[in-house]
Amino acid sequence: MNEQQHLETLSDIKRIMERSTRFMSLSGLGGIGAGISALLGAWLAERALEDHYAAGGLYSGRAENSDLVFRLVMIALAVLLAALGTGFYFTWRKARQQGLRVWDPSARKVLFHLAVPLAAGGLFIIGLLYNQQPALVAPACLVFYGLGLANAAKYTVTDIRYLGYAEILLGVIAMFNPYHGLLFWALGFGVLHIVYGALMWWKYERIPAE
Amino acid sequence: MNPIGNLNKIFESRIRLGVMSVLMVNEEVSFNDLKEVLEVTDGNLASHLSTLEENTYIKVHKGFIGRKTNTTYSITKAGEKAFKGHLAALEAMIRFTQ
Repeated sequence: MNEQQHLETLSDIKRIMERSTRFMSLSGLGGIGAGISALLGAWLAERALEDHYAAGGLYSGRAENSDLVFRLVMIALAVLLAALGTGFYFTWRKARQQGLRVWDPSARKVLFHLAVPLAAGGLFIIGLLYNQQPALVAPACLVFYGLGLANAAKYTVTDIRYLGYAEILLGVIAMFNPYHGLLFWALGFGVLHIVYGALMWWKYERIPAE
Repeated sequence: MNPIGNLNKIFESRIRLGVMSVLMVNEEVSFNDLKEVLEVTDGNLASHLSTLEENTYIKVHKGFIGRKTNTTYSITKAGEKAFKGHLAALEAMIRFTQ
């Protein structure tokens, strides 16, 4: 064994350690797609709210509000599907380009560590709605999502930690501005995703023009 | 000093070294996950795992998920020490020859 082989062995060890703990195929383009879906969703939700207020629906009793709630829930589900769909599609594409499998042990780790704070957040938000605190839903979404990202960052592209911190910060600020929930939600899930996705694409995926 | 003496014979196999690398940074890993990460066949991996087990470098945990057996592996204190020693020897040899 010579020096060159030893160096190769060491870099092999490093590569295996990295690949068995980190999911490196997250795509920046997926982030941009999710951000655009969120912005479209926020715009639709804003229109739904305006229609509702225009019809004099403000605080006019639960029965009339149920129509609005139904519209908002439908919009939220559509956004979730579109965001997950584009995110998964571009990540799947990137994994294939790298010759890696999408559903490997490291991907399962990322999803698990993301899912724990998200599930807690989901139940917390159901609790907020149950206690008729809809103004706190957007801040709670942002904070729990940020915690999920910060938690999962150990198992994927480390940069995602900064997106997590930004979401948490934005969520806390939103907490003190309860009447601008939708605006903060659009900033956090729309604008931040697009900015993060573009930065990641620039840093890791762009094919430099030469 | 002859640093070659510190290289561990057991880690001469790339697969065994790979298994140790995975177990160093993951608490507990299943047979299938090891197979996937290291891209090796069942029989090949099994024989290397039993060598590592015989040398008490790894521990085997046999469990069940429903009716299917789920075997997981983790590194032992001795395995950790041997692996670190092997890495240190590799590094020393690189510095030695420079």
